[in-house]
Amino acid sequence: MATTIHEPPSNSHSGDNGWGNLPPASRRLSVEDNSPASRTGIWVGLAAITMTFAAFTSALVVRQASSNDWVRFSLPPVLYANTVLLLVSSMTLEIARRKFARFTRHPSERRAAAPLFWLYVTLGLGLMFVIGQYMAWRQLKAAGLYLATTPSASFFYVLTAAHVLHVLGGLAGLLLVISRLRARVPTLRGSTLNAVSYYWHFMDILWFYLLALLWLKL
Amino acid sequence: MDPASPHLAGHPRTAPTSFLRRYVFSLDHKVIGQQYYGLALLAVVIGMVLSWIMRIHLAWPNLAIPGLQLLSRNGAPGGIMTPEYYLQLMTMHGTLMVFFVLTTAPFVGFGNYFLPIQVGAEEMPFSRLNRLSFWVTVVAFAVAVAAFLVPEGPPLSGWTAYAPLSALGAIAGPGEGTGQVLWAASVAIFCVGQLLGSLNFISITLDMRCPGMSLMRLPLTVWAWFITALMGLTAFAVLMPTCILLILDHVAGTSFFVPSNLVINDQLQSQHTGGSTLLWQHLFWFFGHPEVYIAIVPGMGIVSHVLITNMRRPMLSHRVLIYSMIALGTLSYMVYGHHMFVSGMNPFSSVAFSIPTLAITIPSTIIVLVWIASLYGSKLRINAASLFALGFISLFVSGGVGGIFLAQPSLDIMLHATYFVVGHFHLVMAVAAIFGIFAGTYFWFPKVTGRMMNETLGKLHFWLTFVGSYCIFMPFHYLGLAGNVRRYPAFVDDYLQPLMPVHKFITVAALLTGLAQFIFLFNLVYSRFRGKRAGENPWEGTSLEWSIPSPPPSDNFGGKLPVIYHDPYQYGVEGAEKDYIMQDSPEQVDSLHDEK
Repeated sequence: MATTIHEPPSNSHSGDNGWGNLPPASRRLSVEDNSPASRTGIWVGLAAITMTFAAFTSALVVRQASSNDWVRFSLPPVLYANTVLLLVSSMTLEIARRKFARFTRHPSERRAAAPLFWLYVTLGLGLMFVIGQYMAWRQLKAAGLYLATTPSASFFYVLTAAHVLHVLGGLAGLLLVISRLRARVPTLRGSTLNAVSYYWHFMDILWFYLLALLWLKL
Repeated sequence: MDPASPHLAGHPRTAPTSFLRRYVFSLDHKVIGQQYYGLALLAVVIGMVLSWIMRIHLAWPNLAIPGLQLLSRNGAPGGIMTPEYYLQLMTMHGTLMVFFVLTTAPFVGFGNYFLPIQVGAEEMPFSRLNRLSFWVTVVAFAVAVAAFLVPEGPPLSGWTAYAPLSALGAIAGPGEGTGQVLWAASVAIFCVGQLLGSLNFISITLDMRCPGMSLMRLPLTVWAWFITALMGLTAFAVLMPTCILLILDHVAGTSFFVPSNLVINDQLQSQHTGGSTLLWQHLFWFFGHPEVYIAIVPGMGIVSHVLITNMRRPMLSHRVLIYSMIALGTLSYMVYGHHMFVSGMNPFSSVAFSIPTLAITIPSTIIVLVWIASLYGSKLRINAASLFALGFISLFVSGGVGGIFLAQPSLDIMLHATYFVVGHFHLVMAVAAIFGIFAGTYFWFPKVTGRMMNETLGKLHFWLTFVGSYCIFMPFHYLGLAGNVRRYPAFVDDYLQPLMPVHKFITVAALLTGLAQFIFLFNLVYSRFRGKRAGENPWEGTSLEWSIPSPPPSDNFGGKLPVIYHDPYQYGVEGAEKDYIMQDSPEQVDSLHDEK
């Protein structure tokens, strides 16, 4: 005999039976993630980037072992300064995130200025990093090491350029965040800022990894 | 939950009125899904015509094919193709079919349309990225096809673009200059599109399921697309940098894949040193083998979904099918070296790749056994969709058996360069996946268009395609066992002459089977406008796509999130008003198959 019930049956196979996927009750700005898909999306994106650089790394290891034409050279010193810039930019972005949280609790024009200031600082530091990487390429070129000179130089250019391209993506994300915060009625969602922050910090981690790899292998 | 609860309020919206925003640059996942399907249809027609031209040339190498010289004056003077041009057409056939048909239609085509609906979401989480994903794929397609337009035509290195042939430039043969760079650029761009698609598929499955839709309540199609997206994410993220390195070898003079002291056409390639040809194969096949499963796993989901609906009972084990598909996806990364048994890599590596290759037959077999055991004793409704689903199983098994031979290095050394391999992969991956596409098309056409496809034409299409596919690809195995080499543009050696009648038979079968596809195309167009009106739920299905109008509204559920009460396949339910209970129906009876 069919009966009618008004609640979905309990199911012990997953954490929340999808109830956690309900839209947030409040649309108020919050630094808390208000879009789980954004949070998942950024991690998925970072996983893809990780795979790309894992492929580059395995290519480097195999290529180095496949022949005796691997030429070691000293890394351009400007890379270390660039590393500091990127590290500081992560810190300033975290400050921006905290200021944004304060702004969302008590929205006011004055409080909106604080996260904006630190976002601009982050953007500036990011741009300086990109310029610094360009300087590193110039230094390498001045030393007579071009893209096709040796396989080690090839990998230096490929890895650093691939990283810079991803950093430029991060800068685009920062510009998006800034534009949404600068709007007359700010439309920035906490999840967007969080996603851009995760991405930016990941660029840091990725750069440390690449620097270590280049330092060990070149 | 009270249906009036504000938590279930969605975002009602109507479709944009502007033609461009509604049909061309749409954010609607359903439009994007249809666009992907249309792109695959265009690619499959080109790919099929290319295969016809190649088959005619193989059977009658001196026959002038009218009009072929228009495609390439140098490649086919007087309509008779040069050996190089045969390889160029072969490359484009493989490239278009693998990337733009087998990946595009079953995965991002059907997946885009139905995954959001089946999980109970109103839209993709990143709609703009989704739209970008499609248009990036269109650019990739245009770049690939543009290779026909450059003076020396498309590359001749095959869809696998083995180095060093693919990395040397124009000296390696016609199409190896600009054509090969276009190929690599096209594939790299395609990877970007697929990564964006996978990002959406994974995020929506994990985070945008409607209330009550636990993971185990997801239909098998959703699981298949989700697993495929995970594979796509990791595989395409590797292929993209690989293509970038190949382009650099071409345009920047680097030596990633070109070894030292290579002499091509009596010229020493002194600008390259020390590259590794095996490196290309490792990187390519790390993508390439998961790609096989990217093509076939969505078909497994579609076939399961179609069969369950027509059997009127669930599979013997929903979970076992899910876990087996996960096992396939996981193992697919560990077996790629079986493509390289004859590449010159360390023989011990061959053993390491052979064992997981044999192991992958276990989840494959489990899936097939669950299908067959579930079918046994069922009163299957015979229609075009269920016939193509049965055809999928048949082809997958027939092709898969060949794989057990090829998984063993000692046998593969003999068979690798022969038509045995061509027969194997066409059956198990290509034609089986296309049968999955056909099953999905016949099954979901009423939902997409609001009209039924013509069943008589559909069944005729099935039988001609099913028999034709076996007539084409089974003899390939016999040719391979007889030592017939593959990738040859003509068989002029004496020892191959006795096999020529088989080649002619295959060519005739390919032409007829290809012609039978026009029945499908006619049915598709005719039914779109003149087909019998379909109701909301013509197949009496239980998943969410059957709970909304046909075709679905722009916002899928009319601005209100559905609530899920049941597992996806509640068929043959005793005591229910009908013999099935929809996933979003609050009706509850004692004999439900719901997992407790």
